[in-house]
Amino acid sequence: MESFEAVQNSVDMMWMMIGAILVFFMHAGFAMVETGFTRSKNTVNILMKNLLTVSIGSLLYFIVGFAIMFGPSAFGLLGTQGFALLGRDDIGFFVFQAVFAATCATIISGAVAERMKLSSYLLLVIAMTGVIYPVVGHWVWGGGWLSEMGFVDFAGSSVVHLTGAVGALIAAWLIGPRIGKYTDNVVNVIPGHSIPLGALGVFILWLGWFGFNGGSTLAADPTLVPLVIANTLLAASAAVLSTALYTKFRYKQIDASLSLNGALSGLVGITAGCANVSLIGAIAIGLISGVLMTESIRFFDVKAKIDDPVGAISVHGVGGIWGTLAVGFFDTTSGVLYGGNFGMLAIQLVGIAAIIGWTSITIGGSLVVIRLFSTLRVSKEEEIIGLDYSEHGTQAYELKDVFKGAAPRSNDFAKRLTQLGKSVPTR
Amino acid sequence: MIMKMEKENVEMKKIEAIIRPDVFPAVRRALALEGIDGLSVTEIAGCGRQEGRTGLFRGNAYEMEFSPKLKLEMVVEERLVEPIVEAILEYAATGDVGDGKIFILPVDEAIRIRTKERGAIAVY
Repeated sequence: MESFEAVQNSVDMMWMMIGAILVFFMHAGFAMVETGFTRSKNTVNILMKNLLTVSIGSLLYFIVGFAIMFGPSAFGLLGTQGFALLGRDDIGFFVFQAVFAATCATIISGAVAERMKLSSYLLLVIAMTGVIYPVVGHWVWGGGWLSEMGFVDFAGSSVVHLTGAVGALIAAWLIGPRIGKYTDNVVNVIPGHSIPLGALGVFILWLGWFGFNGGSTLAADPTLVPLVIANTLLAASAAVLSTALYTKFRYKQIDASLSLNGALSGLVGITAGCANVSLIGAIAIGLISGVLMTESIRFFDVKAKIDDPVGAISVHGVGGIWGTLAVGFFDTTSGVLYGGNFGMLAIQLVGIAAIIGWTSITIGGSLVVIRLFSTLRVSKEEEIIGLDYSEHGTQAYELKDVFKGAAPRSNDFAKRLTQLGKSVPTR
Repeated sequence: MIMKMEKENVEMKKIEAIIRPDVFPAVRRALALEGIDGLSVTEIAGCGRQEGRTGLFRGNAYEMEFSPKLKLEMVVEERLVEPIVEAILEYAATGDVGDGKIFILPVDEAIRIRTKERGAIAVY
């Protein structure tokens, strides 16, 4: 019997580690979506933001985040022990949770793309992965007050995605739109530079999401994992379909970029309820996610005039709220549509409100503090020339590489060319 | 037989303008207000009096002496040249070195391939 349990433990751990690895790969997806949906002059900057986010997030979550999230609870508000994993031996669980924490922070980078200063963004990542996200996580998953109330968010529609999206909303709002996005009350389109990269990112995220939701079972439970994976697949598919059809109905053509966002909105939508709803329920959640996301993107872009280049606020925020509420409707034991009362729905609402309140105050506060010492966005000149050059001194695509970069700085020929302009008398 | 249009004797000019990429939307709008809807745009790189920039790649600084620019090309009736030049001068100028150049060239003939029309009528 002992060996049976050992095998069981190994299989469970194996599944959780596969989940963690898949969730880590989601960062490649985020990086590609954000790269593809923005302009080529900001590509290196977006990639660096994503790379640094996952690295800072992992380290900081190890040092403080994990303890705040899963340490012994103080009044149901936050954990207090286990900093740097002292006294803890559940390293596997830590790895799985650490890749989640970085996911939450990286959502912001898409919404503030092409204009937020790298250093200020990184300070925000530190606040997010070190404190803001772990506190929310403690409330819901670490034995805090929301979980005591019966709030259900299986894999993080609200814990991860809504928290990230509220941060994204506050940051994008405080920083303001990109230069040229809104001129004289006209909403200008700033097209992304690579739909293929954006599409690749969406497929990678979809793949990673099987680990995000599937791994959140924390065990290779043969009665639960297949349902979770199937729900994830069906909800995303339904959301793509509903977005494609809805954009055809609303804008006369199937909008490719919105349909790609549609897949993500369905995935965010099913994240909260993937273990609690039926397959049909998952399809319904996905169908509604796509339509809500499409309208939300229009609202933020045209009405609210909050510039969100990749649609992170709509996908993760509106999708997250809908996903969390949807559990109240579609939960097969206590949801409203399955003969349950409105009690569960009310608890879900309380959770959403609490998370929005906490995150907006702390993110807003962090941004105000950062603004005291630095600026949130790059200068106008830096934004026009592109963050790739102004922040990193390089470019993602050397379009004219026939002309460029061949000569090192010491080379006499290169020196002469650079001096050429300066040495000519300007009359 | 190819019909000679009445406008055959109107002088045509080609305007080539090298401008900063970021002023293009404003220049484009100004040109449209002057009635210029047809133009070609090319991404180019060039060097002149503007200083090169120093780039950084894998720890090594390198010179980026060629700056990215846009080249606008349009062929118009001679009477439109001055308003177009004024529009470009107004919206493409930042006052710094590197604002670009405008070149005006004579054009011998213009032919619209679809209709075989020749002369200034072909550039509308």
